[in-house]
Amino acid sequence: MKLEFTLNGSTASWDGAPVTRLATALRDDLGLTGTKIGCDAGDCGACTVLLDGRQVCSCLVAMGQVAGRSVETVESLSTEGEVLAALQQSFLDHGAAQCGICTPGMLMAALELVRRNSKPSRAEVEDFLGGVLCRCTGYGKIVDAVMDVVAPAPATAPAAGEAVGSRIVRVDGPAKVTGRDVFGADGIPADALWIRVVRSPHARARFELGDLEPLRRRLAAVLTAADVPSNGYGIYPDIKDQPVLADGQVRYRGEAVVALVGERVDVLAIRDDEVPITWRPEPPLFGVDAARAEDAPRVQADRPGNLLLKGGVKRGDPAAAFDTCAAVAEGTFETAFVEHAYIEPEAGWARRVGDRIEIHATTQTPYMDRDEIANLMRLTPEAVRIVPTACGGGFGGKLDLSVQPLIAIAAWTLGRPVALVYTRPESMAASTKRHPARVKARFGCDADGKLLACDVTALFDTGAYASWGPTVANRVPVHAMGPYAIPNVRTWGEAFFTNGPPAGAFRGFGVPQAAIAHEAMLDELADKLGIDRLEFRHRNALRAGDTTATGQTLAHSAGLAQCLDALRPHWRKAHEEFAAFNESGGERRRGVGIGCMWYGIGNTSMSNPSRMRVGLSPGGTLTLYSGALDIGQGSNTIMLQIAADAVGLPAEQFDLVTGDTDLTADAGKTSASRQTFVSGKAAEKAGQDLRQQILRLANAGPDAVLSLDGATLSVRDGAEVRTIDLATAGPLMGEGTFDPPTTPLDADGQGVPYATYAFAAQLAEVEVDVELGTVKVLRIVAAHDVGRAINPTLVEGQIQGGVAQGLGLALMEEYLPGRTENLHDYLIPTVGDVPEIECLLIEDREPLGPSGAKGIGEPALVPTAPAILGAVHHATGVRVRRVPLLPHRLREAIVALERNRA
Amino acid sequence: MGDYLRPRGLDEALQALTRPFTVLAGGTDFYPARVGRAVTEDLLDIAGIATLRGISETSAGWRVGATTTWSELVEADLPPMFDGLKQAAREVGGRQIQNTGTIAGNICNASPAADGVPALLALDAEVELARRDGARRLPLASFITGVRTTARQPGELVVALHVRRPRGEARSAFLKLGARRYLVISIAMASTLIEVEDGKVKAARVAVGACSPVAQRLPALEHALVGATIDADLGERVALSHLAPLSPIDDVRGSAGYRSEVALVLLRRLLSKVAA
Repeated sequence: MKLEFTLNGSTASWDGAPVTRLATALRDDLGLTGTKIGCDAGDCGACTVLLDGRQVCSCLVAMGQVAGRSVETVESLSTEGEVLAALQQSFLDHGAAQCGICTPGMLMAALELVRRNSKPSRAEVEDFLGGVLCRCTGYGKIVDAVMDVVAPAPATAPAAGEAVGSRIVRVDGPAKVTGRDVFGADGIPADALWIRVVRSPHARARFELGDLEPLRRRLAAVLTAADVPSNGYGIYPDIKDQPVLADGQVRYRGEAVVALVGERVDVLAIRDDEVPITWRPEPPLFGVDAARAEDAPRVQADRPGNLLLKGGVKRGDPAAAFDTCAAVAEGTFETAFVEHAYIEPEAGWARRVGDRIEIHATTQTPYMDRDEIANLMRLTPEAVRIVPTACGGGFGGKLDLSVQPLIAIAAWTLGRPVALVYTRPESMAASTKRHPARVKARFGCDADGKLLACDVTALFDTGAYASWGPTVANRVPVHAMGPYAIPNVRTWGEAFFTNGPPAGAFRGFGVPQAAIAHEAMLDELADKLGIDRLEFRHRNALRAGDTTATGQTLAHSAGLAQCLDALRPHWRKAHEEFAAFNESGGERRRGVGIGCMWYGIGNTSMSNPSRMRVGLSPGGTLTLYSGALDIGQGSNTIMLQIAADAVGLPAEQFDLVTGDTDLTADAGKTSASRQTFVSGKAAEKAGQDLRQQILRLANAGPDAVLSLDGATLSVRDGAEVRTIDLATAGPLMGEGTFDPPTTPLDADGQGVPYATYAFAAQLAEVEVDVELGTVKVLRIVAAHDVGRAINPTLVEGQIQGGVAQGLGLALMEEYLPGRTENLHDYLIPTVGDVPEIECLLIEDREPLGPSGAKGIGEPALVPTAPAILGAVHHATGVRVRRVPLLPHRLREAIVALERNRA
Repeated sequence: MGDYLRPRGLDEALQALTRPFTVLAGGTDFYPARVGRAVTEDLLDIAGIATLRGISETSAGWRVGATTTWSELVEADLPPMFDGLKQAAREVGGRQIQNTGTIAGNICNASPAADGVPALLALDAEVELARRDGARRLPLASFITGVRTTARQPGELVVALHVRRPRGEARSAFLKLGARRYLVISIAMASTLIEVEDGKVKAARVAVGACSPVAQRLPALEHALVGATIDADLGERVALSHLAPLSPIDDVRGSAGYRSEVALVLLRRLLSKVAA
């Protein structure tokens, strides 16, 4: 059907099936990829546009209904070269865009409001943005940006040497607020073939494929396990246990079985039941108890007892120490599978270029992707080029391969570009999850409240494949005693295979689960001794000079006590206010809780180097070549700020080349909160290296001041100014590498697992409706020792986003295969669920880090759930043993508590 | 690829329905059920039929056109008896859903957790169905027959909902419980309408949603409220026995026992709210 409508103020004509979704038509037929698709079901709001001035999900509007009407998309807000619209400018200035995948939808939803009311209240903003999910920001900066739209604060452009510590606007921000950033599904060539993956409906089954020839005649290819040259991948070099396509056996619901390759309309038209697969389902193993049962079948044939890994840390004599304790607390805590729920589903495309394969996909780790694809396809790593697209959120979930193997194999075989974009249910079913944990903890202290002993055993459900399971099982024992000086420690972790989804990396690598246990123990011991919960933690906080349970002496930068000092006034005030509030009785009770954490930055006892380059071309172009992927957290901007100050030129003079494995060096993966600390240090060294080369050319001293004007570089050393003509000096390239110093852990877990640790304490204020069992988080105050905040706005953004995910972990998020495979049954916090989050930045400098900086990505999430659960206990007396604390679970616990008291 | 008809008049739509069509209006339930697959069925898009849209006052009360959106309802000038329905409208999905989702779509989709249904039951709404050779009306309670099933026959189209004008003052309210603030499927919800005379309840209708395959009126509670003084204690009239028509289930959002318990709490609060 041919139809006309008004698109961004101009007449547009379109021809196609009238049932086509507006979102699809905008993106695929009209070239407006600023409108993003996150779910195709009206659950996420990423595709929000205005239809006759009102916000709608363009994934729910039939093109047949658009004829004669007016559609406005993010592209209408500004055009290339023009001044950004006030709303976009406000988003930039406030740091309201992180990964940017929800930003167009947020902007359009906000536009409907600010056209009616340019000075909206917070409540109005929340009502209008309630239908757009954001997984990165925690919403606070978005709400502020909309409320301040008429008077945005001016952006800062720091002078040479002043970039570090300043709130410069993120360098990739303009692309994000205009919708021009190219995400995994945005740059697919028009002539690309598409893949649709047929996935297992069973958690455990054997299967046989029937005659695929009829399908092959309708399509370009039908790929099976036989088409994968080396059909096993995995994070660890020695554990390549996950097939790209299952070979006669599936181990979790959602596992890929067959890939249909062809024209998009053709692969979508084929239903799963048209693919001849004969299934023989077997009883699945769910949960660690089933996996550990004596007669349990093996999930992986070579893994007796379904055990992936075990290990721990032992120091002192906990058994003897417990006997001397004045107070002992113990408990067992359970967590669920948690879904990353990045708003950008996995997506990308590949093409064959001669004897090389080139992959454009959303990822957190280009070099690991490169090596893994080379391995799967039996190519050399040099034959694989990874060109990362913008990444619409990762949080650990885009560290594992997703679309890359299938698009690469299909493009290689067919000699045509091939694309694959996961649907939301497919993304949720296929991708990795946070490990469900059962953490059994026992902590003891003396009569003065000094911790003497702890014993923690954490069992993890690692799902069908190993993925990052070993990382979780290794990291947790190092952190499971919490950020406290305890002389006698036994911590132990075990991970088991089950027929759940593969549990992998998710912001914190198991530490958030362990923190729920150790913080509950701290609360209980403090309560037993009648010591204030904050002061009890302060008394036991690890400080510089203390020795950890792995025998590592913390030389510097252990700012937990400072974090607690910063929280103390808020803590006391909340206690006073809530005592008064609760005095009045009623069904609503308020409570305040506290959570502390520490977090080792970078890989655990493993090398994780980063290499960065800064170039100055003969034409005077200054470029940072960064392999560190910005997945929304802001590393593009951070690296540039660090490099700029190291060179001594203004950040705004830098170009940035990022991610492409042909153009940048390996800066490792964006995980383990390592980019600021590790890659930032490499960027600093690279900048210093370039500066040294310049100073040598100018024969100038270390304090010389540089300025760059076109191809002329001026070096002012005292009163003397020398100029370097870059056209004749030739290209200059500075290089820096950094690998944080660690040592292996011995059988008792003794050694130096991390070069530095982040510390944090968060305070949560909650209101519990005791009749309904609902928890409303009223406020979070987050104090984080980040060493040095390279860009405070970005650090706050990380904290607020981490808090929002911690809130989800505590109160609502539970992935159940087959039951919560969409964003209306699987709940993540909306703008109305995340409270005001006040960030207190503690800067206890880490000498190893760039300008003293450490990391913030994962630390932001870890203390939130413990703080909320502590507040729930303060409000109700209920000690939560299982998250998420859904309303019915809390209500049942309140009833049980009342019954016991009666 | 199926047919796609977008008639401008009702007659044309009813003529088309002499053969099977899937009816499309706001699309907010249609598309989510078709993620990642081709749409092949024949579609009758009724969103372009002007006479099916909007709210009008009639001699007997109000006619709410089938494709009236939740936002249009909220913005309509209506008496306080519609407050409960308006409050429900603001709890349907997010703004985007409210701007396109339709009232008739909500009842035809017949989800146990349809946010509009308890308030419409409290309004004692009637459903007007048209077919090529006639029309009929039936109470909403008879229209929704089960989970995702209705009394709509092949060839029939829901064209409007009708609400009778009460003789005296009428007030209404709605409460929803979900596990997050926006975009959330109800764990339980309740709505009421009370007719007021001399500061007392003259008549009451109360309905609870998401606690049975179809939202249920609670006749025993309605009866118990008659004659009660309208004050903050009105909620105290609710007793567990009034919940007998409910049959809640366990699901990912809550347990059956929890639903029964919170239905009671919501009802008490709802009645206090409407009395305030």
